[in-house]
Amino acid sequence: MSRSDLPALTIADLQSLLRRKEVSPRQVLESLRARIESVEPKIDAYVSIDFEAALKEAETADVNLPLGGVPIAIKDIINVAGQPCTCGSKILAGYRSPYDATVIEKLRAAGAIPFGKTNMDEFAMGSSTENSSVKVTRNPWDVSRVPGGSSGGSAAAVAAGAAFGALGTDTGGSIRQPASLSGLVGLKPSYGRVSRFGVIAFASSLDQVGPLTKTVRDAAMIMSAMAGPDRHDSTSLPDPVPDYTKNLGRDLKGVRLGVPKEYRVEGIDPQVSAAVNAAIKQLESLGAEIVDVTLPHTDYGIAVYYFIATAEASANLARFDGVRYGYRAKDPKDLLDHYGRTREEGFGEEVKRRIILGTYVLSSGYYDAFYVRAQKVRQLIRQDFVKAFEKCDAIVSPTTPEPAFKLGERTTNPLAMYLADIFTNTANLAGICGISVPCGFAKENGSQLPIGLQILGKSLDETRILQIAHAYEQSTDWHKARSPIALDSK
Amino acid sequence: MNYVATIGLEVHVQLKTRSKMFCACAVEFGAAPNTRTCPICLGLPGALPAMNHEALRMTVLTGLMLDCDIAPVCKFDRKNYFYPDMPKNYQISQYDMPLCENGAVPLHDLAYPKDAQKNIGTPDKEVHLVRIHLEEDVAKSFHFETSTGIDFNRAGTPLMEIVTQPEISSPEEAFAFLTSLKQILIYGEVSDADMEKGQLRCDCNVSVRPQSQSELGAKIEIKNMNSISGVRRALAFEIQRQTVALGNGEKLQQETRGWDDAAGETFLMRTKESAHDYRYFPDPDLMPVKTEGLLPEARARVPELPKAKRARFVGQYQVTPYDAGVLADDVELARYFEAAAKGSKKPKNVANWILNDLQSALSSAGKTINDCPIPPDALDELVNLIDSGKISGKQGKEVFGEMFSTGKRAGAIVKDKAIEQVSDSGAIEKLVNEVIAANPKPAADFKAGNAASLNFLKGQVMKLSKGKANPQLAGEILEKKLKG
Repeated sequence: MSRSDLPALTIADLQSLLRRKEVSPRQVLESLRARIESVEPKIDAYVSIDFEAALKEAETADVNLPLGGVPIAIKDIINVAGQPCTCGSKILAGYRSPYDATVIEKLRAAGAIPFGKTNMDEFAMGSSTENSSVKVTRNPWDVSRVPGGSSGGSAAAVAAGAAFGALGTDTGGSIRQPASLSGLVGLKPSYGRVSRFGVIAFASSLDQVGPLTKTVRDAAMIMSAMAGPDRHDSTSLPDPVPDYTKNLGRDLKGVRLGVPKEYRVEGIDPQVSAAVNAAIKQLESLGAEIVDVTLPHTDYGIAVYYFIATAEASANLARFDGVRYGYRAKDPKDLLDHYGRTREEGFGEEVKRRIILGTYVLSSGYYDAFYVRAQKVRQLIRQDFVKAFEKCDAIVSPTTPEPAFKLGERTTNPLAMYLADIFTNTANLAGICGISVPCGFAKENGSQLPIGLQILGKSLDETRILQIAHAYEQSTDWHKARSPIALDSK
Repeated sequence: MNYVATIGLEVHVQLKTRSKMFCACAVEFGAAPNTRTCPICLGLPGALPAMNHEALRMTVLTGLMLDCDIAPVCKFDRKNYFYPDMPKNYQISQYDMPLCENGAVPLHDLAYPKDAQKNIGTPDKEVHLVRIHLEEDVAKSFHFETSTGIDFNRAGTPLMEIVTQPEISSPEEAFAFLTSLKQILIYGEVSDADMEKGQLRCDCNVSVRPQSQSELGAKIEIKNMNSISGVRRALAFEIQRQTVALGNGEKLQQETRGWDDAAGETFLMRTKESAHDYRYFPDPDLMPVKTEGLLPEARARVPELPKAKRARFVGQYQVTPYDAGVLADDVELARYFEAAAKGSKKPKNVANWILNDLQSALSSAGKTINDCPIPPDALDELVNLIDSGKISGKQGKEVFGEMFSTGKRAGAIVKDKAIEQVSDSGAIEKLVNEVIAANPKPAADFKAGNAASLNFLKGQVMKLSKGKANPQLAGEILEKKLKG
């Protein structure tokens, strides 16, 4: 294999080469650098890269560690010591983080090299990565389309062969949706499974960090390295972390897969429906039993999500005020003017819209009607899943109703963008885990657009959904398909 | 017309935990600015709070000392407002479920200002509390000529907010409340409660109304007092100001006033504004904590409180209630007394020595009881030497002075200086015989009824003994001999 092909490898394959000393961590980084330089002008996936620091780490990398010498791209919402951390926002322009997030510490301990930061919707608010103040990232399968979001930079980088694997964050679907739209595996862990310390908060009770990778095995490898309790995050769960790669390869005999009747909604692209139905058949042929389940409060998911997420965001984003770091408005008249203009000029439209929404949700007189009620409905949504999981081991559905849409197509209609999250955001509200795995392509004007199958599992049942996703993946060729950008310009 | 004042206090108390409320930074007064900070207490992007359980225990302990009801679950909320001293622009606080509710602070006579102790309006009053909740302290702003600096060392220090019922009726009672509260906090080792260091801060709500009126007057808040006597003076000023205003027919309105300590007056800070909407909601970063698990340790740490200690000192050591009050006033002094009095035959005398000679020696040496050069058992040894007649009271004072300046034991000083009193009646009788033989006239005078002659003869005995004879014994033997 030629050096320039290295970035096309999965993490598992790269690891074998490294361990056999067929390549060195330095060679891996250099080939990755060349690859990024060639594709980056077409996709704009990265917002900052520190190869010098990465090369230094590569010198001492221990390839026998679980991820020894493997470069990992990091969504620019996660703090990496010494690197910029902008969250795709002008308000954090020029900010450099003085510390590593817990997930970065854990990845480093496992030998991984966090070398660069990927583009995202500002503060993870969006589904297309068009809300970045830095640049617009394009989908490697069709550069006139969005890669999904908010972890679109991570998705595009991996799909373009410009990263071996990447970290994203998922508050309402921000890992699974871009994974689906970019033909990747994306895992949203159960709430509390991965530490949030050092991950800039959008909605604290919903956010989780997870991997975007080419294969299920790669996702399992990253999860094994970064999951687990953290004393710096009081919402992290104490349960010990299994080796998520252990159950991969086991068959699906006796596994019950639930198909929720509420997910058979209007407006699903027929090609998506067809691909997902075929995937369900395929799973059945692998030994799974398909059962009907019901999630009666699904319809309220989007509304509840936007009450809770915006409420939490309105407080979480209050710290960005230009007093201690980041963007600061020039020559303020007084303190109020300083706050007003710094935030007016520093935040983008979508972020401001959500801060205003969240402030309204929490304001006195509306708090009970909006926030308190939304929390009650959230409980009902949780209960829906608890009951459904009495009948099945995992739930299958499309990840998104449609494949990747055109750049600019939805920027004027935020509500249409919000509604596309219907299959993903209830998992965040319920705190359960979910994975998106490629299950086919839609054909649109000559482009091949990836379609994703979502598999949802109970809280802390990552092992199970990884096993199901892996069995499905290995019985198909979808994961072997490479985007035009990945194939192009070697 | 007679006017009455109604006062309620909001007291903020810094807990003396080793580390801050949500991070591992040291809680330390006086460190160089911004040297006790980390991403968490600076509110850097991505940082999360992690609970300091000792702060919870100390708050529960305070609640137990003040007889509060302890909430079964400890929950934190975010209080949203923008200010440069607030790193996150929300404060982690407690809104609808404070850790402690109800409870009271008993006011002791000696807690009142000295000049007011003779004239206490309601002896043995208890001031009831509304609640005690726990929150994080904010940073400290320093205003320079053209800029403002912020020191985040204080940001994130655990802070209790103690809110009283509006049932304090005079500046002196407010003084007594704060003094009594401070004493209990120090007893429980939850805070040093030093107002000058900002460890205890107090905002006062005060309203004045004609005695005949039942509805409370306009609530006026006063801030910026930096000592307990400052609180008293500010309240006295404000009550007077409001009384005069009402007397002139003015209508008072809800407002916030600042206290200018140098000028001795309050000034208007802001008038009633539209109520601030803090948009409280439960902090999703912190899981609620059951207090059940904190209670056993907190209970075990409840000390004997000042009131109980005073009563016990009176009963166990036969000291006067006043002396017991003074001794229990300072927990360290009480501890010293107890150590000295425990094995003592005359604990009351030990108390006298502590309250008179020791206190005055300490204060003129600029020392506190904590660095007292005389160990408690050494003081008892001195008291014993006097009580058993080994040395005179006058000699005792000298020995005490020596002990205080050198740290030597009383017995050693007496031995070194050979000042031990002669109380051997055989030896004294010998001296008496000599004196009577040498002074026939004064002896005859005494026998003839001149009582004053006895003093002259006693003086001669003392002189002959080089001052070592027990004077009382010498007098007794002389008298016996002469009358004999």
